[in-house]
Amino acid sequence: MDIDLSQFSQVFFEESIEGLAAMESELLKLDVDAPDPETINTIFRAAHSIKGGSATFGFMAVANYTHLLETLLDEIRDGRRRMTPDHVDMLLHSVDLLRGMIDSLMNKSEFNDPKLPQLEQRLAQALASNNAPETSQPEPAESSAAPVASDADSAIEDCWYIDFKAGFDIMRCGNDPLLMFAELEAKGEVQVSLLPPQFPAWDDFDPEGCYLHWQLKVITDAPQKSLQEVFEWVEDECEISYQRGCSTVTGEALQAADDTVDTQVGAISQAGAVSQAAVLGQSISQSTSQSVNQSQAATPIAGSSLPTATAVTPIEKAPQAQAAKQAASAKNAESSSIRVSTEKIDMLINMVGELVITQAMLGQIGQQEEINQESLLLLQQGLEQLASHTRDLQESVMQIRMLPISFAFNRFPRLVRDIGQQLGKKVELVLKGEDTELDKTVLEKIVDPMVHLVRNSLDHGLELPEARLARGKSETGTITLNAFHQGGCIVIEIVDDGAGLNTEKILMKARQKGLVGPDEELPEESIHQLIFKPGFSTADTVSDLSGRGVGMDVVKRNIHELNGTIELRSEAGKGSRFTIRLPLTLAILDGQLIRIGKHIYVVPLVSIYESLQVPSNRINKLSDGHELIRLRDEYLPVIKVFREFNHDADAKEIKDGLVMVVDNNNEKTGLLVDELLAQQQVVIKSLEDNYTRIPGISGATILGDGTVALIIDVAGLVNLAGISNSKEHAA
Amino acid sequence: MKKILAVDDSASMRQMVGFTLKTAGFDVTEACNGDEALKVAQTGQFDLVISDVNMPVMDGITLIRNLRTLPAYKFTPLLMLTTESGGDKKQEGRAAGATGWIVKPFNPEQLLATVRKVLG
Repeated sequence: MDIDLSQFSQVFFEESIEGLAAMESELLKLDVDAPDPETINTIFRAAHSIKGGSATFGFMAVANYTHLLETLLDEIRDGRRRMTPDHVDMLLHSVDLLRGMIDSLMNKSEFNDPKLPQLEQRLAQALASNNAPETSQPEPAESSAAPVASDADSAIEDCWYIDFKAGFDIMRCGNDPLLMFAELEAKGEVQVSLLPPQFPAWDDFDPEGCYLHWQLKVITDAPQKSLQEVFEWVEDECEISYQRGCSTVTGEALQAADDTVDTQVGAISQAGAVSQAAVLGQSISQSTSQSVNQSQAATPIAGSSLPTATAVTPIEKAPQAQAAKQAASAKNAESSSIRVSTEKIDMLINMVGELVITQAMLGQIGQQEEINQESLLLLQQGLEQLASHTRDLQESVMQIRMLPISFAFNRFPRLVRDIGQQLGKKVELVLKGEDTELDKTVLEKIVDPMVHLVRNSLDHGLELPEARLARGKSETGTITLNAFHQGGCIVIEIVDDGAGLNTEKILMKARQKGLVGPDEELPEESIHQLIFKPGFSTADTVSDLSGRGVGMDVVKRNIHELNGTIELRSEAGKGSRFTIRLPLTLAILDGQLIRIGKHIYVVPLVSIYESLQVPSNRINKLSDGHELIRLRDEYLPVIKVFREFNHDADAKEIKDGLVMVVDNNNEKTGLLVDELLAQQQVVIKSLEDNYTRIPGISGATILGDGTVALIIDVAGLVNLAGISNSKEHAA
Repeated sequence: MKKILAVDDSASMRQMVGFTLKTAGFDVTEACNGDEALKVAQTGQFDLVISDVNMPVMDGITLIRNLRTLPAYKFTPLLMLTTESGGDKKQEGRAAGATGWIVKPFNPEQLLATVRKVLG
């Protein structure tokens, strides 16, 4: 069997990253004094798969390191070693380290973290130390089997590692795996180890089915063919892989080698021989049993992504192959693929089918010699169908890019634990709405602002346990992350039950920084908004956490770049609530079409408050040439868009045109436009990719008639016009 | 002593199989087609059934399918005697519940090795 293994690397990286995330979240859940065996098992399995995969694909550094982890976890799992907080700490650091290693493999860069030898040593020491539970006998021989990297090349391959996952119906055909193992014994010494069986829920359990998965080590010189003969009758229905290895220590790293790739390699190598349906059926039955296990373990990430993962594999291959070809652009490798559930793909195929039918129908009408009343009606119907199918298709395609927000949420338990410990604060993190889906790009870009906000809540929001007790609160503070859909947007809330914003301190600071006049009084709400001002930080000392120069203004700007908004509500002594609203996708925008002169622009609908005609008595001209309008009790600067973009317009004066009031970082600004046209969803095309970045323009779109319309970037336009703060101008 | 049911429409084959297995210490019963074998099988519990595929009245695959429906033969090893060219038959046999196959032509050593493989 000749397979280029590098084509599976990307899948390996992805599953490793998922595995590490699962490890991390399970470790954080772990009660060190009474560890739940299933949790330990999950952690072990993750380490085990990473080890197996890395050995298979030749990432020996990862394999050797995970071997240490696996050995430690195995001993804990078997009860040969008692878990200590130090172990948890070491394992968490290992997760970080492995992330770095995987990252550098993905980027094809050198990995030189000094922590690696340190941690390796720590792990080796831990393995060498003897802290078996009183009840069981230590087995020093086992634990000293740490790998020696240099042996890998020099060792002689003298044994076979066989990964044998029995087909579910194997017993029902009268086959007995034990007899097969006995047969193997004729060829050499055999070591059989049974992997933890993945039993389904009791109701789904079939006592006649086989749920077992073995790993065998056969010390023999026999060729693979002679081993294959043993499994000849069952090779089609079982997952079997053979790996040559040496029986000395490093060989162990290979033991599980094919474990993780089984499904992939297996699916490919067997696809020819076995009917696709059989393979698929098998994977589905596996994933059902997996999902049951996982839901018991309550791993959010695995629970949401893994049940479909096995079934998805065949679909993933195409992008994988492409990715391999584009290995040169390895930098962006991480964004090159996305896991999509088969359900979504099926929906898409269904839509395309509908579209093809509609197209055929329209084609038929087009071929008619003359168009009469009847065919016109048909044409109209067809076009309506086409419109509806296109919309559905668009939605389905968007769905593909959607990922559950748990991908972002999952990093927070660790973050909160670490920072809480560092600050000596007791914190409970509550995650809600983890299944809420949003666009992959939005998801990736919202993580940093969220991290900043959570850090902020931990650092500035939550009080120390004593202070909380003194205020009559429980010792443990709570931070809640909540996500939900609301009116075509995704809303993410970050809520803490801490002290709330200190308005006096903020006001004082703002006065020091000259953001607020010395005698100026502001309502509480406006004071809170001050924290979003550039350069504003109230931290007395710049701590390691928040307040390191990256202020809330950056958070706000990042969210604005995603066409989102952030709101803050805070009550002294009770806590703060940050509400982030984001569009579901970055690719499509709900826009208001406006006309200025001959040009049509699109303004994001979310940023528009209102549009109105302003009589001349409400227009004030400033000495610097800027103009303000009085709207109710506010003064708003008005930007003459045509002037900024340097073209002609019908309305050159404010009184002649329409003023569209838009939001710019919670400040209202007016845009002078000639006419409001339709509201419609527009597909955003990047100008930067295709042309160059233009201040005041965030992108372009193609309208129904084929013309190009530019999308206005309100914040950019405000900067362009040189209006930084309406209040300053008003003052 | 393990009981084996040998099914083949060819008498010479039945003899060869029967002789080899008896010599090796097995208790062998013979049947000349699937229908007969199905009836014989229900008179007692056999530890192994070795059946030819192409037979009149009831072929080997139908026999295997029928045997698998009987509680007594749910997990019993059922072997097919098949020809090298019969790749499709192997698949069909497996789908019917066959444990494995012995490819014709075979020598007694090969037969015994295969039988020992399933009987331990």
